[in-house]
Amino acid sequence: MSGTHRLQSGGLIDRGKPLSFSFDCESHAGFAGDTLASALVANGVKLVGRSFKYHRPRGIFTAGSEEPNALVELRGGVRREPNTRATVTELYDGLIAASQNRWPSLRHDIGAVNDRLSRFLVAGFYYKTFMWPAKFWELLYEPLIRRAAGLGRAAGAEDPDIYEKAFAHCDVLVIGAGPAGLMATLAAGRTGARVILADEDFRLGGRLLAERCEIGGRPAVDWVAEIEAELAAMPDVRIMRRTAVTGVYDHGQYSAIERVNDHVATPPEHEPRQRSWKIVAKRAVLAAGAHERAIAFGNNDRPGVMLAGAARTYVNRFAAAPGRRLAVFTNNDDGPRTAADAREAGIEVAAVIDSRTGARVTRVRGRHGVRLIDVADADGRTSTIECDALAVSGGWNPAVHLTCHLGGKPVWNDEIAAFVPGALPPGMTVAGAAAGALTLARCLGGGMTAGVTAAAACGFAIAAITQPRADDEGAAVTAMWHVKDSRGKAFVDLQNDVTTKDVALATQEGFGSVEHLKRYTTLGMATDQGKTANVLGLAILAQASARAIPQVGTTTYRPPYVPVSFGAMAGHHRGRDFRPTRLPPSHAWATEQGAVFVEAGAWLRAQYYPRAGEADWLKTVNREVAATRAHVGVCDVSTLGKIEIEGANAGVFLDRVYANTFSTLPVGKARYGLMLREDGFVMDDGTASRLAPERFFMTTTTAQAVRVMQHLEFCHQVLWPALDVQMVSVSEQWAQFSIAGPRSRDVLAKLVDADLGDAAFPHLGCREVTACGVAARLFRLSFSGELAYELAVPARHGDATIRAIMAAGAEFGITPYGTEALGVMRIEKGHVAGNEINGQLTARDLGLGRMMSTKKDFVGRVMAQRPALLDPERPALVGFKPVDGARRLRAGAHFLKIGAGATAENDEGYMTSVAYSPMVKSWIGLGVLRRGPERIGERVRAYDPVRNGDVEVEVTSPIFVDPEGARLHG
Amino acid sequence: MRINCPYCGPRGNEEFAYLGDATVRRPDPAAEDAAAQFYEYVYLRDNPAGSHRELWYHGGGCRSWLVVTRNIRTHEISDVAFADAGDKP
Repeated sequence: MSGTHRLQSGGLIDRGKPLSFSFDCESHAGFAGDTLASALVANGVKLVGRSFKYHRPRGIFTAGSEEPNALVELRGGVRREPNTRATVTELYDGLIAASQNRWPSLRHDIGAVNDRLSRFLVAGFYYKTFMWPAKFWELLYEPLIRRAAGLGRAAGAEDPDIYEKAFAHCDVLVIGAGPAGLMATLAAGRTGARVILADEDFRLGGRLLAERCEIGGRPAVDWVAEIEAELAAMPDVRIMRRTAVTGVYDHGQYSAIERVNDHVATPPEHEPRQRSWKIVAKRAVLAAGAHERAIAFGNNDRPGVMLAGAARTYVNRFAAAPGRRLAVFTNNDDGPRTAADAREAGIEVAAVIDSRTGARVTRVRGRHGVRLIDVADADGRTSTIECDALAVSGGWNPAVHLTCHLGGKPVWNDEIAAFVPGALPPGMTVAGAAAGALTLARCLGGGMTAGVTAAAACGFAIAAITQPRADDEGAAVTAMWHVKDSRGKAFVDLQNDVTTKDVALATQEGFGSVEHLKRYTTLGMATDQGKTANVLGLAILAQASARAIPQVGTTTYRPPYVPVSFGAMAGHHRGRDFRPTRLPPSHAWATEQGAVFVEAGAWLRAQYYPRAGEADWLKTVNREVAATRAHVGVCDVSTLGKIEIEGANAGVFLDRVYANTFSTLPVGKARYGLMLREDGFVMDDGTASRLAPERFFMTTTTAQAVRVMQHLEFCHQVLWPALDVQMVSVSEQWAQFSIAGPRSRDVLAKLVDADLGDAAFPHLGCREVTACGVAARLFRLSFSGELAYELAVPARHGDATIRAIMAAGAEFGITPYGTEALGVMRIEKGHVAGNEINGQLTARDLGLGRMMSTKKDFVGRVMAQRPALLDPERPALVGFKPVDGARRLRAGAHFLKIGAGATAENDEGYMTSVAYSPMVKSWIGLGVLRRGPERIGERVRAYDPVRNGDVEVEVTSPIFVDPEGARLHG
Repeated sequence: MRINCPYCGPRGNEEFAYLGDATVRRPDPAAEDAAAQFYEYVYLRDNPAGSHRELWYHGGGCRSWLVVTRNIRTHEISDVAFADAGDKP
């Protein structure tokens, strides 16, 4: 026997499996099959938390995912999880939970003074109070509010658990495994359709687990077990327990959260804690049931006040008594049923106060738990009733949430005094209580019809099925929202502490629209999204503003239906795995060399190769540049985008996508190419080599590789589908190494079987060769300005090739260089890169205007001729050197005339790239300056207020090293 | 959304890249008023509340450019076709 309030018999708990747990450091006992909430109820724990705003004592209010009150910190250390609903937390042995939002203890909480100050903490308090003086906001108000805000404490450390994402496809998705959902699944499953049944509970059955009812003359739980067994045997039916469908998206897509291992302390090795599902379904049957709602009366938030349906759940499913002497306050037929179930379980029933007779509860007394209730009858006679629990039923709201995610609006139904689904998302039908059919027989029948119809719509022939016999129990309701002669605060939204007075005040102050009410009072904006509060709130708003409820309408229901953890949203995509990392073929070798890596798009590239004794990166980079310019260097350039283009019209095609001409390029030659967007700005640059009359090999920049491929496909498929041309990306297929420097030819001569002499293989030559015994391609291309080659081998030979290059180059002092040295050398040569091809500059701006052919059309030609783009006042590319050679330059600095104020009107352009040049022996930069090429020799200010930079610079040619290009020829 | 690629079958929209209006045609660059026509072609778009023919690229699949006819109020897709259908020589 565990727990002072555990019933002697009954319930769906496993009394053979006792579990121990602790709440606020006190040990308790429960059974397998309990939730944390039911185990607390069974142990007589009524006070479980403090409310958000007033720090009012709160107890367990519901038995499901709609719980507004019983939020706890679950587990400890790095697995501490704040704001966890005790009502959906499965009990496990050793579970540790703690109450929240109280100090120093749950029973004696300093913050409870807010309750006494409540007359000042009304709706709109923050808007009214923290407005003036404005400068107080950052200093005082925000820190104050931040300290007071929130309930539980986050773990403050990285989550050690795994989360994952998964996808599923089916014919019929059934949401909810109550009577309607089970019948729908059975009906659809028997036709052979692929069915997924998802339910947030760990046990199938829904309300059938919580009510004393019969199906086919037997206890309903036996019927559930029988159906479950039949479904489990169907190969195409998948039952997903602990899985809440959280959202509906276009074209039959549904999101769901599976709480795979939330019911154990630590997930088993390699198993996720939670799994985020995307389910694609041809049809869906929504059988999500209904949420019971409260009635607003004085102190209706006290521990021990509980929804009547929840009270029956604790009694019938968990054999836990919410109290020893129970009173029931109701406006519908659930009241008498609750009293009957309580009596059957041996709980004394103090009174049933049925508002349909004019009786009502005006006040609850007892601060930390119900002690007495004040009751008034139709004639105004008052009395006081002694009880320690009060079950309340204000009627049921169908769970219409998922029907609204694509914009559907629920409609008011007078018969059940609630909103029912309106226009449905395509492919969805609603069955059972979610559709407003609140009785058992109607749930079973509606579910069966929905299942048959959904399967038939997917093309499956109807299979034999009959509706089991069940009664239509009483479900009559007469709306009753608010006890007007209440004494004490009457709460509408328990989680956000919104009272009937707040709703009235909002109406009075002009916030009469339901969307304004929500934002002004925060009604329904807590983590429970107002599942027990919203309809009550807008009913009171309707009364206060003398409108009918349908006129008031509802706020918008948005995903997710229940709270979703960030871990589940991120899945594996966190830390290093946030996105895939692409490794160039020389990565393993570079790691052995001790390279420092840098992220370049998705690639991890060697940034520089430090040697022992080099104090900082600049020393290393200077050495790499100097060695390459004096001897020879090697750099992995495999990250460039590579595209093979073939076909009779390949040359014509390249003429149209590049600004310069390629159809005249001889076989065996490469050419630098400039690509524009149709709006006339530069998109990308690279080279194209003609391998055969109808075959080109194009390279793009690393950053734009994917975009250029998409652009080329667009040009071919959309603009000029008649051209005979095909293309394929081969970026992953080739490893490519740049070998640069005066001794590069000597290194290559040892590796390839070809005549590398200037005559046989001139600058911008390309040819197929055999390198280290492998069919390879050799290009004589130079980004560094040195005699240089690019050697391409199939990617699988990349690692062996870099090692062979290093071995062959040893005698010539070969030095590997990274992206930093690559950048330095291209800036020294005035070659543009991503910093200059920034989407805002034209070919003319970059000094490449003459590359734009006048003999043919190409993408961007017409728009590049717009007068404003031809304006000589536009900033254009030049070089910069600090007047004081010791000063450092910064990219991003803006140029000002000497003596001009630092205002936007005086802005003359900006620095795009900078580097320390070991050749020039000072910092150098590239940038765009108004009429720049005409101003060489002039001095301007490079002004960088963000980093306190203000450097006088001299305008120079953008080419700092070897302007004649003599070094290209070795 | 899900787009029924005529080559690959129905796939999630995360496999596709959106470009926009599929009804605009690249003007004749030799036309006398080419500058004005290109200005319209590059910048001006209708924003119809309803059916819209638009270009999507199946970059995560077959690399086809597709013309998708989609109601931009409801996201209902009534037709998907290859952008180069019928224009092949």
